[in-house]
Amino acid sequence: MTLALLPEILLLGLIVLIFCLVVAKPGKDVAGTWLPVGCLAVLAAAGASLGQSAVLFGGTYQVDPLSQFMKMAVALGLFIAVTNSRGQATLKDEMRADYSMLLCLSAWGLMLLASSVELMTIYISLEISSYALYALIPLRAGDKRAAEAGIKYVLFGAAATAVSLYGFAYITASQHTTFLAELTTKPWDFATNPGALVGLIMFMAGFMYKLALFPFHFWCPDVYQGTSNETAAYAATLPKLGAVVILVRLASLLVPGQPGMTILAVLGAVSMTFGNLSALVQDDVKRMLGYSSIAHAGYVVIGLVAGTAEGLASASFYALVYILMNLTCFWVVCHLSKDGRNMRYADLDGLHQRSPVFAFVLAVAAFSLVGLPPTAGFMGKLFLLTATWGRGYDWLVIIAALNTAISIYFYLSLVRHAYTHDQPTEPAPAKGRGLALGALFAAVILLIGVLPAPVYELAVRAGQTLMP
Amino acid sequence: MTASSFPVLSALIFFPLAASLALLAVKGEEAVRRLTLTAGLAEIALALPLAGFDLTSGGFQFVEQAAWVPQWGLTYHLGIDGISLLMILLTVALLPLCVLCSWHYISRRIKEFHIVLLLMTSACVGVFAALDFVLFYLFWEAMLVPMYLLIAVWGGPNKRYASIKFFLYTLAGSTLLLVAIIAFYAAGGTFSIPELMTKTFSPRLQFWAFLAMALAFAIKCPMFPFHTWLPAAHVEAPTAGSVLLASVLLKMGTYGFLRFCMPLTPDACVTFAPLMIALSLASILYGGVIALGQKDMKKLIAYSSVGHMGFVTLGIFLFSQRGVEGAVMQMLNHGITTGGLFMLVGAAYERSHSREISENMGLGKYLPAYMFFFGLFSLSSLGFPGTNSFVGEALVLVGAFQESLLVGGLAIPGAMLAAAYMLRLLQKLAWGEPSKGATFTDLCPREWIYLAPLAVFVLYIGLAPTMTLKVMDPSIDKLLKDFSARTEYAATARPINLAHTPVMNGKEANQ
Repeated sequence: MTLALLPEILLLGLIVLIFCLVVAKPGKDVAGTWLPVGCLAVLAAAGASLGQSAVLFGGTYQVDPLSQFMKMAVALGLFIAVTNSRGQATLKDEMRADYSMLLCLSAWGLMLLASSVELMTIYISLEISSYALYALIPLRAGDKRAAEAGIKYVLFGAAATAVSLYGFAYITASQHTTFLAELTTKPWDFATNPGALVGLIMFMAGFMYKLALFPFHFWCPDVYQGTSNETAAYAATLPKLGAVVILVRLASLLVPGQPGMTILAVLGAVSMTFGNLSALVQDDVKRMLGYSSIAHAGYVVIGLVAGTAEGLASASFYALVYILMNLTCFWVVCHLSKDGRNMRYADLDGLHQRSPVFAFVLAVAAFSLVGLPPTAGFMGKLFLLTATWGRGYDWLVIIAALNTAISIYFYLSLVRHAYTHDQPTEPAPAKGRGLALGALFAAVILLIGVLPAPVYELAVRAGQTLMP
Repeated sequence: MTASSFPVLSALIFFPLAASLALLAVKGEEAVRRLTLTAGLAEIALALPLAGFDLTSGGFQFVEQAAWVPQWGLTYHLGIDGISLLMILLTVALLPLCVLCSWHYISRRIKEFHIVLLLMTSACVGVFAALDFVLFYLFWEAMLVPMYLLIAVWGGPNKRYASIKFFLYTLAGSTLLLVAIIAFYAAGGTFSIPELMTKTFSPRLQFWAFLAMALAFAIKCPMFPFHTWLPAAHVEAPTAGSVLLASVLLKMGTYGFLRFCMPLTPDACVTFAPLMIALSLASILYGGVIALGQKDMKKLIAYSSVGHMGFVTLGIFLFSQRGVEGAVMQMLNHGITTGGLFMLVGAAYERSHSREISENMGLGKYLPAYMFFFGLFSLSSLGFPGTNSFVGEALVLVGAFQESLLVGGLAIPGAMLAAAYMLRLLQKLAWGEPSKGATFTDLCPREWIYLAPLAVFVLYIGLAPTMTLKVMDPSIDKLLKDFSARTEYAATARPINLAHTPVMNGKEANQ
């Protein structure tokens, strides 16, 4: 049992340690130096606990291949986010330790969420993660837009949570249980059990808010633009993992062709099209990534509506790939903005002259987000589309493929500005470090793109536990 | 199939990759150029084992297979037949020539330029050697990025517009190709191309898959009306970029028709043949007419490419021995001839710093060697007997007349237009007044070296096409035999007197 819970326990230990240190030495950056190493240890623990399985705490908490796969992804994302947030320019020095602690706390909530198999546990885990994030968003010194973003995020988030709870009440009332395992055996069609289906859709709405799926996406670009680069990097990636894991668990309740599934497919299609079309006209890179994350949420849905183990595996795999490529993109953006300003496309001009490594890393991440081979993004998309073709949602696959053509323009703009524009006379000052790790992330994206089989195998095992 | 212990094809794909990594460590412009040139020559040496190609077999040879993503049945599966062999040899041979013709032309970001050239070669060989559908798609898309960079970084004044247009057009076309690939997987249960070739798919799937694939391939060719990216890209691209674009990239489109459309969607091919033939004829005539009015040499050759590629697609959709032979011949010949012409335009540009015909007139008296090569490639381009293009064009025309008098009759003006625009260009360049050539120097040894091999092939294929035909014939025989076995359409050469009916009626009657 200890090994099964190792990543959570280790991360909780880190959080408690930071908390104690903050109380002992208030206002000091007590965690800055060793926390990345600690997160690496959590990643190692998550890797070590991959094969574990257990059912704990009265059946509310389940350690299975899906949860362990997602915990590994969360640990990986947390490591990148924590490393990325070091030396953040727009954060007051006395806040640094609190910032790190909140970041870890939010990730810890996501880890719990990955293992939660009971509706109340799911809800509590989600709130642990969200409350930490509510506090993180406005932490950008001297920027009113960050405060605005924070309020927007809290208000929208509270509303979404309320809807979610309301749906939770419906489900409990009509199905008389809150355990997912029992819920799978109940009828979910509209004819026999309308309340349950309505409740499920409302419950899922809360997670679609996290995933920023259309029409729950309105907060997304504003929040990314307002909050600091480093927080945006976290908010754009890890919470989506939590949403994906729950949607994967819930989607295994539905069968293709049901109204719930079709609604989900339509939302996915609208989400990717809307996200990509809106991203086309953006000038602020973070805002563009905000809209692109709406589109990527739509791509993940493709795997969910397939209604097969392969589909769920592909969705999990794509979620992992997404956080990797998006964090890599943010990594470059954050490191190029030494004073923490928002980057515009024009700020990337001539990047190949200033920093050939970052230009290459950015190009790899951008082409991966498009889904061009030989990157991980291509493999992720290929698996999603292949899993869903012939499952009754062929139109969704075609729309997804066409969306690639829309999205190429704005991702290519990143590459275009970095490679073909000349350097301005006074480029925005860049941070000096981060080259080696950035290059490593790019290498991993390319490696997964060329040899995806070992990582995908983990995702397949995760999918098969839900749908044998 | 010949069992080869040495993985020739993998070596051809991965050697340029390794060379591009090695380039990263090299300092100094000369050293970069020399190393790339050496790598190009080594790549040709690596291709020598391909001489063991079995000329009697139409199947895939030099096959390599390894598990890749077992969960989806993806395999790392390479192999070549006669058609892809010719294309790979063309690709490999062009690499050192491209390095040589860029020796002075490219003066900035030299290391990156040569890395991009090597990546490009790698991806192109991969496209022609892949026997797994996803592997094919991987190389097909991977090649976009280096080509985009070639145009966008080292291109002319309007490079941003041209490069984005190229990228958007070709990527938009190939997104649905991916869906078609997935649909074939769903229906056939495999991504392996040789296995898919043995299966017959439902007419509905064939219909839509053909449309999806044809869009991708027609944009790449490019066929009228999807050709608009080509002149823009050619005009802005550096010489080496234009050469690769014309000689290798365009061939991928027609290669796709031969490798995928005909074997996988034979019935749909027959259904759409009238449309494709009509578009081919439109390309031939449109390309010729527009080329006639160009003032920019590169634009002229770009539009002539549209016309020449029209002959290729025309040949393919005749589904006859003559037509497809001619098409493959023309693919190879267009690569040699147009590659040579673009190199010559690049050489003229290095002297006059202009691609306008009016700025490069009257060179005959001062640059005899230059004009010799220009004359030779121009004659080849217009299909003069004795040069390589004559063989291809003549075969396609024979096939067209076997098909119907109308198709053949409409293609003939295309050949005449080619003579008109190429001879006009040649005349102005050689004897145009006022002469600009007095201050120019004639070809230097470096330029002799990269033009001479192409000139040799122009004459060799033109005078003795037997060897080339021998390489491709078994594969084409097999392609057509499989094709006719799966359609009721008589694919063998039919007597000419049966072909009086107009093309549309003729096709419908045969279904």
